[in-house]
Amino acid sequence: MNRRTLLTYGAAIAGVAALTLFIGWWRVDGPGAPEPVAQRPLPLTQMEFQMTDQDGATVGPETLLGNPSMAFFGFTYCPDVCPTTLSDISGWLDDLGDDVADMNVVFITVDPERDTEAAMAEYVSYFHPAIQGWSGTLSETARAAAGFRASYEKVVTEGDDYTMNHTASVFLFDVEGQFAGTVDYHESREFAVPKIRRILTRAEEDTS
Amino acid sequence: MKSSIAATIFASCLFVGLPTTTVAGSEDVVVENAWSRASIGINRPGAAYMTLRNTGTDPVTLVGLETPLAMMPDIHETKTDANGVSSMAPAGEIMIPPGESVSLEPGGLHAMLMRLQTKMVEGETFPLTLNFADGGTRTVDVPILGIAARGPEG
Ligand SMILES: [Cu+2]
Repeated sequence: MNRRTLLTYGAAIAGVAALTLFIGWWRVDGPGAPEPVAQRPLPLTQMEFQMTDQDGATVGPETLLGNPSMAFFGFTYCPDVCPTTLSDISGWLDDLGDDVADMNVVFITVDPERDTEAAMAEYVSYFHPAIQGWSGTLSETARAAAGFRASYEKVVTEGDDYTMNHTASVFLFDVEGQFAGTVDYHESREFAVPKIRRILTRAEEDTS
Repeated sequence: MKSSIAATIFASCLFVGLPTTTVAGSEDVVVENAWSRASIGINRPGAAYMTLRNTGTDPVTLVGLETPLAMMPDIHETKTDANGVSSMAPAGEIMIPPGESVSLEPGGLHAMLMRLQTKMVEGETFPLTLNFADGGTRTVDVPILGIAARGPEG
Protein backbone atom coordinates (compact mmCIF):
# COMPACT_ATOMS: atom_id res chain seq x y z
CA MET A 1 0.00 0.00 0.00
CA ASN A 2 1.65 3.29 -1.05
CA ARG A 3 1.21 6.61 0.59
CA ARG A 4 -1.38 7.81 -1.89
CA THR A 5 -3.63 4.80 -1.30
CA LEU A 6 -3.33 5.38 2.46
CA LEU A 7 -4.43 8.99 2.01
CA THR A 8 -7.38 7.90 -0.09
CA TYR A 9 -8.44 5.38 2.59
CA GLY A 10 -7.99 7.99 5.28
CA ALA A 11 -10.14 10.46 3.41
CA ALA A 12 -12.78 7.82 2.82
CA ILE A 13 -12.89 6.87 6.51
CA ALA A 14 -13.08 10.52 7.54
CA GLY A 15 -15.83 11.00 4.98
CA VAL A 16 -17.83 8.05 6.34
CA ALA A 17 -17.37 9.32 9.89
CA ALA A 18 -18.55 12.79 8.91
CA LEU A 19 -21.53 11.34 7.10
CA THR A 20 -22.44 9.20 10.11
CA LEU A 21 -22.27 12.25 12.37
CA PHE A 22 -24.36 14.20 9.91
CA ILE A 23 -27.01 11.48 9.72
CA GLY A 24 -27.04 11.30 13.50
CA TRP A 25 -27.53 15.05 13.78
CA TRP A 26 -30.23 14.99 11.10
CA ARG A 27 -32.24 12.36 12.94
CA VAL A 28 -31.77 13.61 16.48
CA ASP A 29 -31.61 17.41 16.30
CA GLY A 30 -31.91 18.30 12.63
CA PRO A 31 -34.88 18.48 10.28
CA GLY A 32 -35.29 14.70 10.47
CA ALA A 33 -35.93 14.78 14.22
CA PRO A 34 -39.25 13.31 15.41
CA GLU A 35 -42.02 15.77 16.33
CA PRO A 36 -41.12 17.23 19.73
CA VAL A 37 -43.09 15.62 22.53
CA ALA A 38 -44.82 18.11 24.83
CA GLN A 39 -42.41 20.76 26.12
CA ARG A 40 -41.81 21.31 29.81
CA PRO A 41 -43.96 23.98 31.45
CA LEU A 42 -42.17 27.18 32.47
CA PRO A 43 -41.41 27.69 36.17
CA LEU A 44 -44.40 29.38 37.83
CA THR A 45 -42.17 32.42 38.48
CA GLN A 46 -41.88 32.98 34.72
CA MET A 47 -45.58 32.61 33.93
CA GLU A 48 -47.87 35.60 33.67
CA PHE A 49 -51.64 35.39 33.79
CA GLN A 50 -54.52 36.53 35.98
CA MET A 51 -57.67 34.57 36.83
CA THR A 52 -60.46 34.37 39.37
CA ASP A 53 -60.86 31.46 41.75
CA GLN A 54 -64.11 29.82 42.87
CA ASP A 55 -64.45 32.34 45.71
CA GLY A 56 -63.96 35.38 43.51
CA ALA A 57 -60.36 36.07 44.54
CA THR A 58 -57.84 37.27 41.97
CA VAL A 59 -55.23 34.60 41.44
CA GLY A 60 -52.24 33.87 39.23
CA PRO A 61 -49.09 31.76 39.13
CA GLU A 62 -47.56 33.77 42.01
CA THR A 63 -50.48 32.64 44.23
CA LEU A 64 -49.07 29.12 44.06
CA LEU A 65 -45.55 29.90 45.26
CA GLY A 66 -44.58 28.80 48.76
CA ASN A 67 -46.41 25.47 48.64
CA PRO A 68 -46.16 22.51 46.28
CA SER A 69 -48.76 22.64 43.52
CA MET A 70 -50.70 20.47 41.17
CA ALA A 71 -52.41 22.12 38.18
CA PHE A 72 -54.41 20.82 35.23
CA PHE A 73 -56.67 22.05 32.45
CA GLY A 74 -60.21 21.01 31.59
CA PHE A 75 -63.80 22.26 31.33
CA THR A 76 -66.99 21.45 33.20
CA TYR A 77 -68.99 20.47 30.10
CA CYS A 78 -66.57 17.56 29.66
CA PRO A 79 -68.41 14.30 30.42
CA ASP A 80 -65.53 11.83 30.48
CA VAL A 81 -61.92 13.01 30.86
CA CYS A 82 -62.44 15.89 33.32
CA PRO A 83 -64.67 14.22 35.92
CA THR A 84 -62.32 11.23 35.71
CA THR A 85 -59.25 13.43 36.32
CA LEU A 86 -60.96 15.29 39.18
CA SER A 87 -62.09 12.07 40.83
CA ASP A 88 -58.67 10.46 40.29
CA ILE A 89 -57.05 13.47 41.96
CA SER A 90 -59.60 13.38 44.78
CA GLY A 91 -58.61 9.74 45.36
CA TRP A 92 -54.88 10.58 45.40
CA LEU A 93 -55.52 13.39 47.86
CA ASP A 94 -57.54 11.05 50.09
CA ASP A 95 -54.59 8.62 50.05
CA LEU A 96 -52.14 11.38 50.98
CA GLY A 97 -54.38 12.52 53.83
CA ASP A 98 -53.11 15.34 56.04
CA ASP A 99 -49.86 15.57 54.06
CA VAL A 100 -51.67 17.56 51.36
CA ALA A 101 -53.07 20.17 53.71
CA ASP A 102 -50.88 22.92 52.25
CA MET A 103 -50.82 21.75 48.68
CA ASN A 104 -52.36 23.89 45.91
CA VAL A 105 -54.58 21.86 43.60
CA VAL A 106 -55.89 23.91 40.70
CA PHE A 107 -58.32 23.06 37.93
CA ILE A 108 -58.06 25.72 35.19
CA THR A 109 -60.89 25.93 32.65
CA VAL A 110 -60.13 26.10 28.93
CA ASP A 111 -63.77 27.06 28.30
CA PRO A 112 -64.30 30.32 30.22
CA GLU A 113 -67.26 31.25 27.99
CA ARG A 114 -69.35 28.57 29.69
CA ASP A 115 -67.30 28.05 32.85
CA THR A 116 -68.05 31.18 34.79
CA GLU A 117 -66.78 31.70 38.32
CA ALA A 118 -70.13 30.37 39.65
CA ALA A 119 -70.05 27.31 37.39
CA MET A 120 -66.49 26.50 38.50
CA ALA A 121 -67.45 26.97 42.17
CA GLU A 122 -70.34 24.53 41.91
CA TYR A 123 -68.36 21.99 39.90
CA VAL A 124 -65.33 21.78 42.18
CA SER A 125 -67.58 21.54 45.24
CA TYR A 126 -68.40 17.95 44.27
CA PHE A 127 -64.76 16.86 44.51
CA HIS A 128 -61.97 16.92 47.15
CA PRO A 129 -62.18 20.21 49.11
CA ALA A 130 -58.55 21.05 48.26
CA ILE A 131 -59.40 21.40 44.54
CA GLN A 132 -59.76 25.01 43.38
CA GLY A 133 -61.39 26.12 40.13
CA TRP A 134 -59.83 29.00 38.20
CA SER A 135 -61.36 30.83 35.25
CA GLY A 136 -60.17 33.84 33.29
CA THR A 137 -60.87 35.76 30.13
CA LEU A 138 -60.15 34.10 26.79
CA SER A 139 -56.82 35.92 26.49
CA GLU A 140 -55.72 35.15 30.07
CA THR A 141 -56.66 31.51 29.46
CA ALA A 142 -54.41 31.51 26.40
CA ARG A 143 -51.56 33.07 28.41
CA ALA A 144 -51.94 30.46 31.15
CA ALA A 145 -51.94 27.56 28.69
CA ALA A 146 -48.86 29.00 26.97
CA GLY A 147 -46.97 29.08 30.27
CA PHE A 148 -47.84 25.48 31.04
CA ARG A 149 -47.11 24.53 27.39
CA ALA A 150 -50.63 23.10 27.38
CA SER A 151 -52.86 23.20 24.35
CA TYR A 152 -56.61 23.36 23.81
CA GLU A 153 -58.95 23.74 20.89
CA LYS A 154 -62.67 24.32 20.47
CA VAL A 155 -64.30 21.64 18.32
CA VAL A 156 -67.81 22.11 16.93
CA THR A 157 -70.02 19.04 17.33
CA GLU A 158 -73.44 17.98 16.05
CA GLY A 159 -76.35 20.23 16.85
CA ASP A 160 -74.49 23.56 17.11
CA ASP A 161 -72.71 22.44 20.24
CA TYR A 162 -69.00 22.33 20.95
CA THR A 163 -66.46 20.43 22.97
CA MET A 164 -62.85 21.20 23.85
CA ASN A 165 -59.78 19.11 23.07
CA HIS A 166 -57.19 19.84 25.73
CA THR A 167 -54.02 18.71 27.48
CA ALA A 168 -55.17 16.29 30.15
CA SER A 169 -51.90 15.84 32.08
CA VAL A 170 -51.55 17.03 35.66
CA PHE A 171 -48.52 19.32 36.18
CA LEU A 172 -46.55 19.24 39.43
CA PHE A 173 -44.52 22.15 40.82
CA ASP A 174 -42.36 22.42 43.91
CA VAL A 175 -42.57 25.17 46.58
CA GLU A 176 -40.33 27.46 44.52
CA GLY A 177 -42.52 27.03 41.47
CA GLN A 178 -40.09 24.81 39.58
CA PHE A 179 -41.74 22.27 37.32
CA ALA A 180 -41.45 18.85 39.02
CA GLY A 181 -43.06 16.45 36.57
CA THR A 182 -46.41 15.40 35.20
CA VAL A 183 -48.95 12.77 36.05
CA ASP A 184 -50.45 11.55 32.79
CA TYR A 185 -54.16 11.31 32.22
CA HIS A 186 -55.72 8.44 34.17
CA GLU A 187 -52.32 7.27 35.46
CA SER A 188 -52.82 4.63 38.11
CA ARG A 189 -52.75 5.57 41.76
CA GLU A 190 -49.68 3.45 42.49
CA PHE A 191 -47.62 5.70 40.17
CA ALA A 192 -49.35 9.00 40.80
CA VAL A 193 -49.27 9.04 44.60
CA PRO A 194 -45.46 8.54 44.94
CA LYS A 195 -44.86 11.34 42.40
CA ILE A 196 -46.96 13.72 44.48
CA ARG A 197 -45.41 12.51 47.72
CA ARG A 198 -41.98 13.35 46.27
CA ILE A 199 -42.77 17.07 45.85
CA LEU A 200 -44.39 17.09 49.28
CA THR A 201 -41.36 15.61 51.04
CA ARG A 202 -39.09 18.00 49.15
CA ALA A 203 -41.22 20.84 50.53
CA GLU A 204 -40.75 19.50 54.07
CA GLU A 205 -36.98 19.23 53.66
CA ASP A 206 -36.86 22.83 52.44
CA THR A 207 -38.74 24.18 55.44
CA SER A 208 -36.97 22.11 58.13
CA MET B 1 -64.78 -9.30 4.46
CA LYS B 2 -67.70 -8.48 6.74
CA SER B 3 -69.92 -7.69 3.78
CA SER B 4 -68.95 -10.89 1.99
CA ILE B 5 -69.88 -12.91 5.10
CA ALA B 6 -73.15 -10.99 5.27
CA ALA B 7 -73.75 -11.65 1.60
CA THR B 8 -73.05 -15.35 2.06
CA ILE B 9 -75.37 -15.53 5.05
CA PHE B 10 -78.00 -13.57 3.18
CA ALA B 11 -77.65 -15.85 0.15
CA SER B 12 -77.88 -19.02 2.24
CA CYS B 13 -80.91 -17.64 4.03
CA LEU B 14 -82.58 -16.97 0.71
CA PHE B 15 -81.67 -20.50 -0.31
CA VAL B 16 -83.28 -22.14 2.70
CA GLY B 17 -86.02 -19.53 2.72
CA LEU B 18 -85.45 -18.25 6.27
CA PRO B 19 -85.92 -14.63 7.32
CA THR B 20 -82.55 -12.88 7.80
CA THR B 21 -83.38 -11.99 11.42
CA THR B 22 -82.61 -15.54 12.50
CA VAL B 23 -78.87 -14.79 12.11
CA ALA B 24 -79.12 -12.79 15.33
CA GLY B 25 -76.46 -12.98 18.01
CA SER B 26 -77.32 -9.99 20.14
CA GLU B 27 -79.39 -12.13 22.54
CA ASP B 28 -76.01 -13.57 23.62
CA VAL B 29 -74.75 -10.19 24.83
CA VAL B 30 -74.46 -9.81 28.59
CA VAL B 31 -74.29 -6.25 29.93
CA GLU B 32 -72.39 -5.85 33.21
CA ASN B 33 -71.32 -3.10 35.60
CA ALA B 34 -73.33 -0.29 34.01
CA TRP B 35 -72.94 3.08 35.74
CA SER B 36 -73.03 6.81 35.10
CA ARG B 37 -72.40 10.04 36.98
CA ALA B 38 -74.97 12.50 38.25
CA SER B 39 -75.28 15.71 36.24
CA ILE B 40 -75.37 19.37 37.20
CA GLY B 41 -78.61 20.48 35.56
CA ILE B 42 -79.31 19.46 31.98
CA ASN B 43 -76.96 21.67 29.96
CA ARG B 44 -73.90 19.49 30.24
CA PRO B 45 -73.69 16.13 28.45
CA GLY B 46 -73.55 12.96 30.53
CA ALA B 47 -71.66 9.72 30.00
CA ALA B 48 -72.44 6.11 30.85
CA TYR B 49 -70.13 3.13 31.10
CA MET B 50 -70.56 -0.68 31.05
CA THR B 51 -69.02 -3.92 29.85
CA LEU B 52 -70.61 -5.80 26.95
CA ARG B 53 -69.77 -9.50 26.88
CA ASN B 54 -70.57 -11.60 23.84
CA THR B 55 -71.25 -15.13 25.12
CA GLY B 56 -72.32 -16.39 21.69
CA THR B 57 -70.47 -17.86 18.74
CA ASP B 58 -71.08 -15.02 16.27
CA PRO B 59 -69.68 -11.49 16.27
CA VAL B 60 -72.19 -8.90 17.45
CA THR B 61 -72.14 -5.25 16.44
CA LEU B 62 -73.47 -2.39 18.55
CA VAL B 63 -74.77 0.27 16.14
CA GLY B 64 -76.59 2.82 18.27
CA LEU B 65 -78.23 3.92 21.50
CA GLU B 66 -81.61 5.22 22.57
CA THR B 67 -82.79 6.63 25.87
CA PRO B 68 -85.61 8.89 27.08
CA LEU B 69 -82.92 10.65 29.16
CA ALA B 70 -81.11 12.26 26.20
CA MET B 71 -82.11 13.41 22.73
CA MET B 72 -78.76 12.55 21.18
CA PRO B 73 -77.11 9.50 22.71
CA ASP B 74 -74.09 8.23 20.82
CA ILE B 75 -71.10 5.96 21.33
CA HIS B 76 -67.99 8.10 21.74
CA GLU B 77 -64.33 7.38 22.15
CA THR B 78 -61.81 9.48 24.06
CA LYS B 79 -58.24 9.39 22.81
CA THR B 80 -55.12 10.90 24.38
CA ASP B 81 -52.21 11.58 22.02
CA ALA B 82 -48.44 11.51 22.63
CA ASN B 83 -48.54 15.15 23.76
CA GLY B 84 -51.14 14.36 26.42
CA VAL B 85 -53.97 16.09 24.51
CA SER B 86 -57.35 14.37 24.95
CA SER B 87 -60.12 14.52 22.38
CA MET B 88 -63.46 12.82 21.99
CA ALA B 89 -65.26 11.73 18.81
CA PRO B 90 -68.10 9.41 17.69
CA ALA B 91 -66.74 5.86 17.68
CA GLY B 92 -69.04 4.44 14.99
CA GLU B 93 -70.09 0.81 15.24
CA ILE B 94 -68.55 -1.40 17.92
CA MET B 95 -67.96 -5.06 17.00
CA ILE B 96 -67.73 -7.55 19.86
CA PRO B 97 -66.06 -10.80 18.73
CA PRO B 98 -67.56 -14.08 19.99
CA GLY B 99 -66.38 -14.92 23.50
CA GLU B 100 -64.95 -11.44 24.04
CA SER B 101 -65.89 -8.28 25.91
CA VAL B 102 -65.80 -4.61 25.07
CA SER B 103 -65.56 -2.14 27.94
CA LEU B 104 -67.05 1.31 27.92
CA GLU B 105 -64.91 2.95 30.61
CA PRO B 106 -63.47 6.36 31.56
CA GLY B 107 -60.84 7.54 29.08
CA GLY B 108 -61.98 5.16 26.34
CA LEU B 109 -65.37 4.29 24.92
CA HIS B 110 -68.44 5.81 26.54
CA ALA B 111 -72.13 6.20 25.93
CA MET B 112 -72.26 9.97 25.40
CA LEU B 113 -75.60 11.41 26.51
CA MET B 114 -76.07 14.68 24.65
CA ARG B 115 -79.09 16.99 25.11
CA LEU B 116 -80.24 15.71 28.47
CA GLN B 117 -84.00 15.87 28.91
CA THR B 118 -83.85 15.51 32.67
CA LYS B 119 -81.20 15.97 35.31
CA MET B 120 -79.27 12.82 36.23
CA VAL B 121 -79.89 12.39 39.96
CA GLU B 122 -77.61 10.33 42.18
CA GLY B 123 -79.35 7.16 43.39
CA GLU B 124 -81.74 6.94 40.44
CA THR B 125 -81.42 4.83 37.30
CA PHE B 126 -82.32 5.43 33.68
CA PRO B 127 -83.08 3.00 30.82
CA LEU B 128 -80.54 2.83 27.98
CA THR B 129 -81.37 0.78 24.90
CA LEU B 130 -78.53 -0.74 22.90
CA ASN B 131 -79.31 -1.34 19.22
CA PHE B 132 -77.44 -4.11 17.45
CA ALA B 133 -76.76 -4.67 13.76
CA ASP B 134 -78.92 -7.82 13.70
CA GLY B 135 -81.95 -5.78 14.69
CA GLY B 136 -81.85 -6.99 18.28
CA THR B 137 -82.07 -4.54 21.17
CA ARG B 138 -81.20 -4.70 24.84
CA THR B 139 -82.38 -2.25 27.47
CA VAL B 140 -80.30 -1.78 30.61
CA ASP B 141 -81.12 0.18 33.72
CA VAL B 142 -78.06 2.33 34.34
CA PRO B 143 -77.46 3.37 37.97
CA ILE B 144 -76.61 7.03 38.47
CA LEU B 145 -73.76 7.45 40.96
CA GLY B 146 -72.21 10.62 42.39
CA ILE B 147 -70.48 13.21 40.19
CA ALA B 148 -67.11 12.13 41.59
CA ALA B 149 -67.70 8.38 41.03
CA ARG B 150 -64.70 6.51 39.68
CA GLY B 151 -66.31 3.22 38.69
CA PRO B 152 -69.38 0.98 39.06
CA GLU B 153 -68.70 0.73 42.82
CA GLY B 154 -68.72 4.50 43.28
CU1 LIG C 1 -68.19 11.91 24.48
